[in-house]
Amino acid sequence: MSAAVLETVALRKRFGGISATDDVSLRLAHGARHALIGPNGAGKTTLINLLTGVLAPTAGTILLDGADITGLSVHARVRLGIVRTFQINQLFAALTPLSSLALAVSVQRGGSAGWWKPIGADAAVAAECQGLLERFRLADVMDQPVASLAYGKRRLLEIATALACKPRVLLLDEPVAGVPEGDRQEIFEAIDALPADVSILLIEHDMDLVFNFARQVTVLVNGAVFAEGDVAAIAGDPRVKAVYLGEDETGAETAGPAPAHG
Amino acid sequence: METASYASLRGHERSRRIASASGSAPTSIAATLLTLLFDGIAYGMLLFVLAVGLAVTLGLMNFINLAHGAFAMAGGYITVLLMNRAGVPFVACLPLAFIGTALLGALLERTLYRPMYARPHLDQVLFSIGLVFMAVTAVDYVVGSMQQNITLPPWLQGRLPIEAVGIGKYRLFIIVICSALTVLLQWVLSRTRFGSRLRAAVDDPRVAGGLGLDVNRIFLLTFAVGSGLAGLGGALGAEVLGLDPTFPLKFMIYFLIVVSVGGTTTITGPLVAALLLGIADVAGKYYVPTLGAFIVYCLMIAILTLRPQGLFARAGSR
Amino acid sequence: MTGSDEALSPAARSLLRAGRWRWWELALFAALPLAWLLLPRQSLLINEIAIVALFAVSLDLILGYAGIVSLGHAAFFGFGAYAAAIFAKDTLADPLVGLAVAIGASALLGAATSLLILRGTDLTRLMVTLGVASVLYELANKLDTLTGGADGLRGVVMGPLVTPFGAFEFDLSGRVGCAYSLAVLAVALLVARRIVHSPFGISLQALRDNRLRAASIGLAVRRRLVAVYTIAAAVAGAAGALLAQTSGFASLDVFDFHRSAEVLLVLVIGGTGYLYGGVFGAIVFQLLHDVVSAWTPQYWNFWLGLFLVVLVLVGRERFVRPWTWFRRGRR
Repeated sequence: MSAAVLETVALRKRFGGISATDDVSLRLAHGARHALIGPNGAGKTTLINLLTGVLAPTAGTILLDGADITGLSVHARVRLGIVRTFQINQLFAALTPLSSLALAVSVQRGGSAGWWKPIGADAAVAAECQGLLERFRLADVMDQPVASLAYGKRRLLEIATALACKPRVLLLDEPVAGVPEGDRQEIFEAIDALPADVSILLIEHDMDLVFNFARQVTVLVNGAVFAEGDVAAIAGDPRVKAVYLGEDETGAETAGPAPAHG
Repeated sequence: METASYASLRGHERSRRIASASGSAPTSIAATLLTLLFDGIAYGMLLFVLAVGLAVTLGLMNFINLAHGAFAMAGGYITVLLMNRAGVPFVACLPLAFIGTALLGALLERTLYRPMYARPHLDQVLFSIGLVFMAVTAVDYVVGSMQQNITLPPWLQGRLPIEAVGIGKYRLFIIVICSALTVLLQWVLSRTRFGSRLRAAVDDPRVAGGLGLDVNRIFLLTFAVGSGLAGLGGALGAEVLGLDPTFPLKFMIYFLIVVSVGGTTTITGPLVAALLLGIADVAGKYYVPTLGAFIVYCLMIAILTLRPQGLFARAGSR
Repeated sequence: MTGSDEALSPAARSLLRAGRWRWWELALFAALPLAWLLLPRQSLLINEIAIVALFAVSLDLILGYAGIVSLGHAAFFGFGAYAAAIFAKDTLADPLVGLAVAIGASALLGAATSLLILRGTDLTRLMVTLGVASVLYELANKLDTLTGGADGLRGVVMGPLVTPFGAFEFDLSGRVGCAYSLAVLAVALLVARRIVHSPFGISLQALRDNRLRAASIGLAVRRRLVAVYTIAAAVAGAAGALLAQTSGFASLDVFDFHRSAEVLLVLVIGGTGYLYGGVFGAIVFQLLHDVVSAWTPQYWNFWLGLFLVVLVLVGRERFVRPWTWFRRGRR
């Protein structure tokens, strides 16, 4: 059993009387391909927000390589290698894909505070951007303002921006939500192509993709961990099926829940 | 631009009056404090009536309306004109000022303000600054830039001598009227159907619209009433605050302080903020006249820095 | 810099292209000394335009690039003006040293007040910026032994402007003052230009567009906001210092709300977010002001207000960036 890269201990988040995250103890193994699934409203995005520092937990701790990062700010965690994508695209509307990626790469390389030299002066930054643009088929729109891009391209940019940050731990919140069929496989291939030592936690509703990609699965229901295990065990678990489909469905193979959104 | 406040022109006069109202030395401090408190409450209640429309507009339409003071000015000038040119008695002018300003507000909301609701705050700020400049110079052109004076009816002049504290009749009148208005507002908000519709629309206009509430009409009515209240406040305040074309600019920051410190989700928030502001300003002008409005601004900055959502806002409100 | 273009990837080429000088930029920078040379009798007017332009460019840094709406930017303008005037009167009348002092003082004020604008809504920020400017106004009013109070600080006599080309006394016709202001404007624009094309400058735009995303790629949002606010304050302070030094006095109206509102309008006329909006806006605004004031001296504010209302109702974007009307791919 490999050491956990990212770990939560009894993590809790309350909004008034509601426990959005209820005593979650999750271990993300080194090099994991770990899926987080659950019905809508189960608290999956809230958990990602807690892991990245967008929300502060009501109780519990978060550990990165054993070190307590619970109090760290969002940007400090990114600098430590915890990177996420957003379920709803969060992009820089007035920038171009190229400048967005160039910025992310500059931050990662430590040159983002430079104020005298233009952003194009560092050849390594440009080279990395070129690579990302080509990999995500954004090269033809690299100079257009992001606000004018089609949805599929913006989703690709969302993923590309995350990868530009050279993540050690990558948290993907429904990466293929709303993406046309043809592009979905491509995104997953790009994610699959990540080095084996990047640990990936993936929220996804498309069960085929989950079972193809993930090795471990955690099922979250009402903010708490409902079931956990490797892919085969979860796929065959009748309780998981029941929680998704309701008690009166019997036996039949289904493709998983129809997402109500995204 | 001198930001005026309660004691601006009449500061020395106030101090003298407070000093002369006191009796023997041991009671004079208490008397002074009580007089200051009383004057501060009157000023605060006046500020509340003036600013409550702005608070609701901001909470409801998320519109930063820096021209709110122009409606107050309109109410004041309507009163002055009616009294001095048409001989209308003062008390009758008050509802007329309210109605006149409310109609003006309704007209402007329908024509000018409505397209601006969805615009970014910068646009709203520029727009309302433009309106203020226009209003100020227009009034200057039409009526002239001198201070307008109102002669209060005799039964509102002078003081009620209670112990050693002189309670100004007019200030008492202001407190009574404004308290009645506050109670009325609170009742409308919490007991009537319009009130609950308004609160729903403040919480979430889109959902309210989706529930079938006519959000446009709610906006119109609310804006009109808010402007009307400002006009009424301007009419009431003409005697104590002074009335000239620069009124909206002078008092804009005070209204904004009430709204930003008091928050936009309740009525009591701006009320408490206005009372605090009134008392602080009056006391500050009396005890430390050299520092003037400086104290108020510093207090505001301190409060907004520590609690950016205002003193009373719920978490998550605008 | 780089070798032949063929060796560069499209990304590299595009990034480099973003920082290159456009023809109209060169024309603008050439126009600055040309205006001074060719219009000697308009020196006072040009001086005023240069000062307003510098002030507006400083506002662009926080408004157009970092997205902070401020109604009290005159606080830094005024602080720089008084710092320069007081320094010249009480310590040393050298203009360049005074300029440096004013810039330093305004930067400190900017850094201190930047902590106040980090949190809260747009309204909170408006109030706090307005409040700071008002506090400074009151302070300048009350500390009249230092600042001259309501009368202002008069009789600021500047020493000669010491340059590599010789020492120049400020003259009544304003030619030296005008050249001085234009030179400071040019230097500020050059430095600002480098900043906006740098990674730091791009990060400011990221902050403006999507603060959450900016933090999520590792940018320390607060630190950057403090930095840009400080820089903007320093540049505004420089503009104020120029005013005090070239006109010989500093008065309370440097802190006035009208000044904060006018610089906002100047910037909006010229367009935010592309650095030169302040310059174009200042030229247009000053010309408008002179034309309209000659016609109705008392009621300039009315037309100003009307212009603002119409401008906003029609849409700020229509007035901005005329060359993008012909470029494909933009709005």
